[in-house]
Amino acid sequence: MAVVSQHVSDPSVGPKDSARKSTFLRVSRYVIVRLLTLFVTVVIGIYLTIVIANMGGFVDTIMKGEIRDRVTQTIINNQAYQSMEPEVRQKLIQDTIAAEEERRGLNVPIAVRNFRYLSNALTLNLGRAINMTSDSGSKQVRLILLERLPATLLLMGISQLFLFFSSILLALNLSRRYGNFWDKLVVTLSPTSAVPPWFYGIFLILIFAALLKVLPFGGMVDSPPPPTAFEYSMSLLKHLALPTLSLVLSSFFLSIYNYRTFFLIYSSEDYVDMAKAKGLPARDVERKYILRPTLPNIITNFALLIITLWTGATITETVFLWPGLGRTLFQAIGLFDIPIIVGSTIIYAYLLAMTVFLLDFIYSLVDPRVKVGG
Amino acid sequence: MQRLFYYPSAVFGLLIVLLLVTLAIYAMVKIPYNEAIRLWRGGEAVWYQNPKFAAPAWINYFSSKKYAESFAVKTNDGTLQSEFTPGAEGTSTLIANHTFDFSYDTYPQDMILYFKSEYLEKQPFVSIEWLTPDDRAVRIANIAISKEFTYRFAQDEKLKNRLRTDDIIASLFSDPETGFPIKGQYQLLITGTTFEPGSTINAEYVFHGQVYGLAGTDQARRDLMVPLLWGAPIALTFGLIASLGSSVLTMIIAAVGTWYAGWVDELIQRITEINLVLPFLSILIMVGTFYSRSIWVILGATIALSIFTGAIKSFRSIFLQVKESMYIEAARAYGASGPRIVFLYLIPRMIPLLIPGLVSSVPAFVFLEASLAVLGLGDPVLPTWGKIIQDANSNGALYRGYYYWILEPTVLLMITGLGFAMLGFALDRIFNPKLREI
Repeated sequence: MAVVSQHVSDPSVGPKDSARKSTFLRVSRYVIVRLLTLFVTVVIGIYLTIVIANMGGFVDTIMKGEIRDRVTQTIINNQAYQSMEPEVRQKLIQDTIAAEEERRGLNVPIAVRNFRYLSNALTLNLGRAINMTSDSGSKQVRLILLERLPATLLLMGISQLFLFFSSILLALNLSRRYGNFWDKLVVTLSPTSAVPPWFYGIFLILIFAALLKVLPFGGMVDSPPPPTAFEYSMSLLKHLALPTLSLVLSSFFLSIYNYRTFFLIYSSEDYVDMAKAKGLPARDVERKYILRPTLPNIITNFALLIITLWTGATITETVFLWPGLGRTLFQAIGLFDIPIIVGSTIIYAYLLAMTVFLLDFIYSLVDPRVKVGG
Repeated sequence: MQRLFYYPSAVFGLLIVLLLVTLAIYAMVKIPYNEAIRLWRGGEAVWYQNPKFAAPAWINYFSSKKYAESFAVKTNDGTLQSEFTPGAEGTSTLIANHTFDFSYDTYPQDMILYFKSEYLEKQPFVSIEWLTPDDRAVRIANIAISKEFTYRFAQDEKLKNRLRTDDIIASLFSDPETGFPIKGQYQLLITGTTFEPGSTINAEYVFHGQVYGLAGTDQARRDLMVPLLWGAPIALTFGLIASLGSSVLTMIIAAVGTWYAGWVDELIQRITEINLVLPFLSILIMVGTFYSRSIWVILGATIALSIFTGAIKSFRSIFLQVKESMYIEAARAYGASGPRIVFLYLIPRMIPLLIPGLVSSVPAFVFLEASLAVLGLGDPVLPTWGKIIQDANSNGALYRGYYYWILEPTVLLMITGLGFAMLGFALDRIFNPKLREI
C-alpha cells in the first residue's frame, strides 16, 4: 500500500510542483519587469514635469529678477540704511541677494538642481515650499498638501463616489428595460457632459447664490467659522452643495449612458440568453451573468476614480474658492513654487503606477481567463 | 451618410455647427482681425461713447422697468444738429441742439460733452442749456473752452450747488416736486461764440445710458459684441485644430507603431505610459504662466500632450486586426513599401472610425481654451468667450447682478459644446454598428 501510495503520489506531486514553480517564476519575473518599467516611467515623467516646471531654467530668470527687485527696494526704502555709504549699501544689497538666491537654491546649476528635485521627489522627501505657507504657518510641502487634502477628499469623495455608484445602479436598471422613456431621456441628455463642471458651477452660482440667495457663492465654511460642531457641519454642507452638484451634473448622464451601453453589449451575449431561458431570476442574471464579466472594467474605473480624488478639480475649486489641492496646485504654479508642483505630481504618479500594477493582479483574481504575465 | 438624417440629434447638432461656422465667417468679414484686436485692446479713446457695465438694450422688452438706452451724437457728422453763422468783427456763433425722447424709468449713467475747437489766441465761449418736457429751462454752464475740452455734467460742482443736489443727472431728469423721472422730449441747447476768423467749435454729446447695443458692455466700456462675435472663429479654430491635430497624429503614430512593430511599437507604448503620469492641466497652466499665453503655443502644447493617450491603444488594437487582413497581404505580395502600406492602406481604412471621435472631442478642447482663460491664462491679445467670463468673474458680475455679462459667453460656449457633442454621438452610432443595434 505504502509503495503504491508513494508511487501514485510522486508523479501527481511532481507536475503540480513544477506547475506551481513555473507559475511562481512567471509571476515573479512579471512583477520585477513590471515594477522596473513602471519605476522608469515614473522617473521620466517626474523629470519631465520638473523640467517643465522651471521651463528649462526660464523660471530661474524670473525668480532672480524678482529677488533683485524686491531686495533692492526693501534696502533702499529702509530708513535705517539711509545714512550708509553707497558702496557699503550696494554690498549689503549684493549679499542679501546672494543669501536669498542661496536659500532658494538658485546658486546651484539648474541641471544639478533638477536631479536633486528628482531624487528628493522619488524618496517622497517633499521638502519646503518656496513661497507658499500652510494656514498653520508651516512651509513644509507635506504639511501644506496634508492641510488641503481633507477639503479635496470631501468634495471629490462625495461627488465621485455618488456618481460611480448611482450611475452603475441606474445603468443596470436602464439596461434591463432599454428603449423606455427614461432610457431615451438619458441618451438624449448624455451630450450635456461635453460641458465641464465649473461651467455648471457658474450657472448654479447664478441661480442659487445670486438670484435665490439660498446658498453661498463659494468658500468652505462661513466666516467666522461657527463655534459648535453641529453648526459647523451645517455650514460646511451648505458650501459643499453647489460644487458637488456641479461635479455630479457634468458627468452624470454620460456616465449612466456609458455603463448602460456597456451592460447592454454584455447582456446580448449568448450565455445571458441561455440563463434567461433557464428561467433564472432577473437579479441573478444581472449579478452573475452581466455584472461579473464586466467587473474588471468597473474596477479599473473605480481605481482611476480613487486617483482623481487626489488630484482634485482645479478649475471647479477655483470657481468655488474651495481650499482644496487642485486650487493649491494652481496657486503654486502662479507663485513659481516648484516643490509643491513636484510634490503633488509625484504623489499622483506613484498612485497611478501602483494602481496600474495592482490592477493586473486584481484582474486575474476576478477573471479566471486573465493570467498574470501570461 | 444619409443615415445621419434619421437622427434628430444629429440634424440638430449639424445645424448648430453650421450656424457657428456662419457666425464665425460673419465675424471675420464684419470685423477684420486687426480691427477686432484694435477694438478689444482699445481703451477710453476707442470706447468713450459707451457706458460701463451696461446690459444689452433688448432687456427692455422683457423688463417692466425701462432702462435708458445709450447714444452719442456729434456736430461733425451732422447727428448733432448745428448751425454756424458768422457775425460781426470776426466773431461767429454756433447753435447746436439735440432733442431726444426719454421714456425710461432709470436715469442715464452719465452725460458728457466733448468740445474740440480751433483758435489762435481767444478761447471760444460756450453756454449750455437744458430744456425739460415740463418746459423748464435749466442753465447748465457758461464756459470758455480750450482746444480739447470735456464737460462732465455729473462732476460740475457749481451746478451741484445751483441745483441743490448731489446727483446732477438724476435731478436733470426728474420732477423737482416728486423726484420721479419725467418722460418726454428733452432738449440740449449749446450756444457757442468764437472770437477769431477761422475759429471753429465741434461738439459731441455722449449719453451713457443703462443699456447698450445687442450685447452690452464690460468694465472697460467695450462693446461685448466684439468678443462674442470673434469668440466663435477662435473657439472653432482652437477646437477643430486641436482635435484634428491630436487625433490624426495619434492615428498615424499608432499605424506606424503597429506596422513596424518591434522597438518602434515598444517606444510608443512607453511614451504613452509616461504621458499618462504627466499632469495635463498643470502642464498647460505652467506653460501659460511661465512661458507664453499665446493661443498658438497653448494649442501646440495641448496637441503634443493629447497624442500619446489611451486612444493610441485602441487604434493599435484595431490596426493589429487590419494588419492581418487579406488586402494588406496582397499589397505586401506585390511589393508595396512600408510607408505606402501605412499611409495608403492602413490609415484610409480607419478614417470612418476617426470621425466620430474627432467631432466628439471638439467640445473638450473648446472648453479647455475657455477654462484656461477663466484661470487668467487666456491669450492676452485675442477676444475670446473665455476672456469675457474671466473679466466678468474678476469684476464680480454674479455678485453685482450683471448676469448678461456671464450668460452671453456661457450660453454660446454651451451651444457650441452641445452641438458638437450631439453630432459626435450620432456619428458614433452610425459608424459603430455595435452601438446602433442597441
